[in-house]
Amino acid sequence: MNMDMFHKITRAQAEYARAIDNDRLEQWPDFFADPCLYRVTTANNHAKGYEAGIIFANTKGMLIDRVTALREANIYERQTYRHIIGAPCLLSEGIEGVRSETAFLVVRIMRDGATEVFASGRYLDLWRTNGEDVKLAERIVVCDSSRVDTLMALPL
Amino acid sequence: MTMPSAQTGIDMPAWPTSALTRVPFWVFQRGDVYAREQQLVFQGAAWHYLCLEADLPEAGSFRTTFVGDVPVVVVRDTDGEICAFENRCAHRGALLCLDDDGKAKQGFTCVYHGWSYDLKGNLNGVAFLRGMKGKGGMPDTFKMSDHSPRKLRIATLYGLVYGTFSDATPPLADWLGKTIVEGIARVLDGRKPVVLARYVQALPNNWKLYVENVKDSYHASILHLFFTTFELNRLNYKGGLVVEGGGGHHISYNQLDRAQLDAAYSQQNLRSDSDYKLKDPSMLQGFNEFPDGITLQILTTFPTFVLQQIQNAIAVRQVVPRSPEKTDLHWTILGFEDDTPEQRMVRIKQANLVGAAGYISMEDGCVGGFVQRGVAGAPDLNAVLEMGGALAESSESRVSEAGLRGFWQQYRALMGL
Repeated sequence: MNMDMFHKITRAQAEYARAIDNDRLEQWPDFFADPCLYRVTTANNHAKGYEAGIIFANTKGMLIDRVTALREANIYERQTYRHIIGAPCLLSEGIEGVRSETAFLVVRIMRDGATEVFASGRYLDLWRTNGEDVKLAERIVVCDSSRVDTLMALPL
Repeated sequence: MTMPSAQTGIDMPAWPTSALTRVPFWVFQRGDVYAREQQLVFQGAAWHYLCLEADLPEAGSFRTTFVGDVPVVVVRDTDGEICAFENRCAHRGALLCLDDDGKAKQGFTCVYHGWSYDLKGNLNGVAFLRGMKGKGGMPDTFKMSDHSPRKLRIATLYGLVYGTFSDATPPLADWLGKTIVEGIARVLDGRKPVVLARYVQALPNNWKLYVENVKDSYHASILHLFFTTFELNRLNYKGGLVVEGGGGHHISYNQLDRAQLDAAYSQQNLRSDSDYKLKDPSMLQGFNEFPDGITLQILTTFPTFVLQQIQNAIAVRQVVPRSPEKTDLHWTILGFEDDTPEQRMVRIKQANLVGAAGYISMEDGCVGGFVQRGVAGAPDLNAVLEMGGALAESSESRVSEAGLRGFWQQYRALMGL
């Protein structure tokens, strides 16, 4: 497995987290190829092969819609995330791209200052190389817990 | 008049009025109310959703769930019968079953002292019953048949499994009423559900605030912009509100009827009106699943069950109280066995509408908490439920709080409030 891919994925993931955590949600869909697969699910659902997610998108348009809905339509109390992302574990490389698995921890900070672990889990990813860039052809967000506190507004 | 609490002996405040239009905020706050609910609502004369028949495909298949605070095991016996009993060893009270679901070969054995139970919940083995080498053991007067976890009566309806602890609960179909039974049938009759996802949303509020929210057809088009903008639930569309049984069951439904669309709605200057458009509208391109043209049916059965049809997004929701100020909402997102791959994809996409991150339901996860926090210092003040009159009856208008008034009618009857 080449260090070049490791660095590209690490860099992309750092930028991905920064986009969400610094409230630049509009940049978030750009980390994905089109079409793509983005699914937030739970470890239990993943193990049982359940097909639906807490969030599901299979086009970049659906990701953009998610952001627009959060900005324009949905009501939720002001909150931010802080993603702590582990080093990617590169699993395989093939014609479809590079598969990796990365642990994450997301802390949610509410407007009153309450700071709690909101989610832990792993990203199961398929990356496509595009010159210097890598894009997510798939990101399955497998949350360790089956419980979501109050609501999941921002993406993981 | 004050009511002595069944649990604590402390007097509860009196309900402020015999009318259904006022609800005192203390009912969402007090531990003695919560304790009495456990006795009179959850272990009282009401049917409670337990699981799907599809969750119990063969003999020994089980699921664990809750009826209020009571942990419950639901299991299919070797004769095919569905049984349910408290998930509690009759010896020292430990949980008998520690998994969400699975398959029990013979029955359940408590890990603590090895007391074992058959699939109907009957005690059939006690470790060291006769002691060791003639010493110790249970007295001769001990009879296994005197000891078992409490059992629930079971009834099934179109693939839903209900249970009740009370002998006084009328037969399920009678208790629900004809319209509610038909409302369940139009979604589930003759179909085999397939679970597409399952998760729990932890709500920061009293369970009744969530139940009120589900029955509240008044808020839907105001709080949820997504609903309104995409013409899923304009109040000026055809539809109605059904209040049934003791008042605690309801159906809110609508049928898209573009001919009736008029300007009246946008003249209300509600926040939820906008020009918002989707980049990828495929999520809303559903298939024609129901010949009656009903695009939305939210059905509740008292006290804590919801069957949801929003276009092709089908789900059951089970409300589980955890404390006066905490509630777990168990979501089960459903498809059906005969879905084509394209239909299944529609359901998966439309699952985005509901649940913890749902475009039209995420607000419901937080709005109960807004009330819980808002009323913190106002236990003796009241919510006002006068929209659509003072009665708990069905109506063509969904600009009505009749569903909520119906809930409180049945709740107060059971609680003696």
